[in-house]
Amino acid sequence: MNDAAILSVTGLRARVADEDLHILRGVDLTIRPGEIHAIMGPNGSGKSTLAKVVAGHPAYEATGGSVTFRGEDLLDMEPDERSQAGVFMAFQYPVEIPGVSIANFLRTSLQARLEDDEELDLFDFQELLMERMELLDMDPSFAQRPVNDGFSGGEKKRNEILQMAVLKPSLALMDETDSGLDIDALKIVAQGVNTLRQENPDMSVLLITHYQRILNYIIPDMVHVMFRGRIVESGGPEVAMELEARGYEEYRKAHVA
Amino acid sequence: MPTNEVIQGLGLDDYKFGFVTDSEPVFRTRPGLDAEIVRQISARKDEPEWMLKRRLKALGIYDAKPMPDWGGDLSELQETLDQTYFYVKPQEQMERSWDDVPENIKQTFERLGIPEAERKLLAGVGAQYDSEMVYHSLKEEWESKGVIFDSIEDGLRNHPELFRKHFGTVIPAADNKFAALNSAVWSGGSFVYIPPGVELETPLQAYFRVNQERLGQFERTLIIADEGSRAHYIEGCTAPVYSTDSFHSGVIEIIVNRDAFFRYTTIQNWSNNMYNLVTQRARVHRGAHMEWLDGNLGSKLTMKYPSCYLMEEGAHGEIMSIAYAGDGQHQDTGGKVIHVAPNTSSSIVSKSISKGTGRSSYRGLCKVYDGATNAKSNVECDALLINETSRTDTFPYIEIDERSASVGHEATVSKVGDEQLFYLMSRGMDEAEAMALIVRGFIEPIAKELPLEYAVELNRLIELEMEGSVG
Repeated sequence: MNDAAILSVTGLRARVADEDLHILRGVDLTIRPGEIHAIMGPNGSGKSTLAKVVAGHPAYEATGGSVTFRGEDLLDMEPDERSQAGVFMAFQYPVEIPGVSIANFLRTSLQARLEDDEELDLFDFQELLMERMELLDMDPSFAQRPVNDGFSGGEKKRNEILQMAVLKPSLALMDETDSGLDIDALKIVAQGVNTLRQENPDMSVLLITHYQRILNYIIPDMVHVMFRGRIVESGGPEVAMELEARGYEEYRKAHVA
Repeated sequence: MPTNEVIQGLGLDDYKFGFVTDSEPVFRTRPGLDAEIVRQISARKDEPEWMLKRRLKALGIYDAKPMPDWGGDLSELQETLDQTYFYVKPQEQMERSWDDVPENIKQTFERLGIPEAERKLLAGVGAQYDSEMVYHSLKEEWESKGVIFDSIEDGLRNHPELFRKHFGTVIPAADNKFAALNSAVWSGGSFVYIPPGVELETPLQAYFRVNQERLGQFERTLIIADEGSRAHYIEGCTAPVYSTDSFHSGVIEIIVNRDAFFRYTTIQNWSNNMYNLVTQRARVHRGAHMEWLDGNLGSKLTMKYPSCYLMEEGAHGEIMSIAYAGDGQHQDTGGKVIHVAPNTSSSIVSKSISKGTGRSSYRGLCKVYDGATNAKSNVECDALLINETSRTDTFPYIEIDERSASVGHEATVSKVGDEQLFYLMSRGMDEAEAMALIVRGFIEPIAKELPLEYAVELNRLIELEMEGSVG
């Protein structure tokens, strides 16, 4: 069964590097090509940590279990190797890179995927960028702005979606992409993801979110509830609806009991 | 913080100009400095008596002034100077045709890309090798319009009145110890005169090369941009890597007359055994505009604060600088703006990168005299630290004696952080590529002002080596 999985997480334990406390305490998760999985959970439950560990954030350290991506050991790879293998993370808080335009940033990202002696064709790149921006209904001048420098929250998230569109990952990790967005911005982001999914139905998505709201626009195949470093419940979209109604109280009680 | 291998991989310390040319000078003074040596230099140049007198007087000022106890570490400089050749003459005469320059010197400059630069349609090119200009040429088009672009010696010889009227008026010998030293032993450098209303469409470029071990290079440049003229002068500097220290102490005087525009660009990429102590100053007249664009990449210690004296109403001065301090390097750089007249304006933008044990300091002065009404000045300095061991300091001196002046100062220090690196790496760049992109972005506002070939050179300097990124 795991052969068909694009991402397979088994018994994953992880902590902030050099700290004792484990944030992930045995996570199991399987995502197949084309599936959308949502992970919900209260603050501090470990859902963002899961995305960061999968993407290779240096602040975290996996101490047990495994993460395989298309059968390859992901934990053994550097973040750039994971990216080149097809993993993409849309950041909750994208950082600013002053003086570097989005176009230059993306060109460098694509150039990094080529062999040392290969040079990215600038005209091809320009064409790709324009085509991608058109697909997402973005103004071409956006690509000339320095990466996230002085961007509004909505612009930062749109920039993440644009990068996803250009890099064409097979697994997108969306780390609370919906937080801090008003409803219009949320719709634009969701529309972007859906457009990319239409184009490539095999693209899988792991959506980390606090709120059920975004799941009205990006319909998940599976919803998982994460609590204190473990997935405690999994099911269809109805899980999210129930959670919205009930809150996390019963997990808390169960945990205490 | 990035790993050391990654930082090495940036190639910032990869110095490609460190080669030595095998050439025999036609004359050099014995090591060290005294009045006898000053007389020898003056005699070699067949100078008028007044210049020799000035040199000797400057030597006295130099001897009397104490070694500066601020800025960089000069504690071992005297020892270096005692071993230094203050004058090394590489060839009998300066040439105006590239073909006549001796073969080995010619090859040196070809390796450094000088004739190449000339082909890029510069208005004029000068090249100094050790203590003398070995080559100078100016396009016929500009010569016919009265532009003078010559060695400083030929300036004195062929334009004695113009020369004497301005020489030493912007930077007198008594200004500081190293200005005094330069005034005593100066040799080489350019003499430039742009007649009223003449606008040079392409830059003049001078290239300074030190080849002789333990050389002191003391070029002296005097530039007069007459009323309403417009020009851009570029200088580049390199030297071989020796185990002993070398010394470079130039003096650059610029007079920007009414409504003229002048930009002076320096890219010093001296080897890491060079003390680089330079005085650069412009006197800016009514409605005129002066820009210093200053790139300090090399040297062991650089102390250099290009300045603009805004003497008349409406004068404007700008200083833009980039400094890179690698392991063991100290870049003590910045700028000075002096507002003497009403409605003068100035801006200083300074960016520095410190890596390894490198240290960069911003040292600047903004002075507004009483009566310089509505003077405006803005200073912005940004420092980027690459390692935990890197260091940066800011010494902004602000002296305002005029109530209506408006002066702003902003300083930032940033570190290349894990979050930034991770963000870029999660897009597929390896650590070195990510670092290079962050550094390039940081200097971009100034790099975009550089002439193309220097911008390319700067980019090369921060480019990465790909090796070692894969298992």
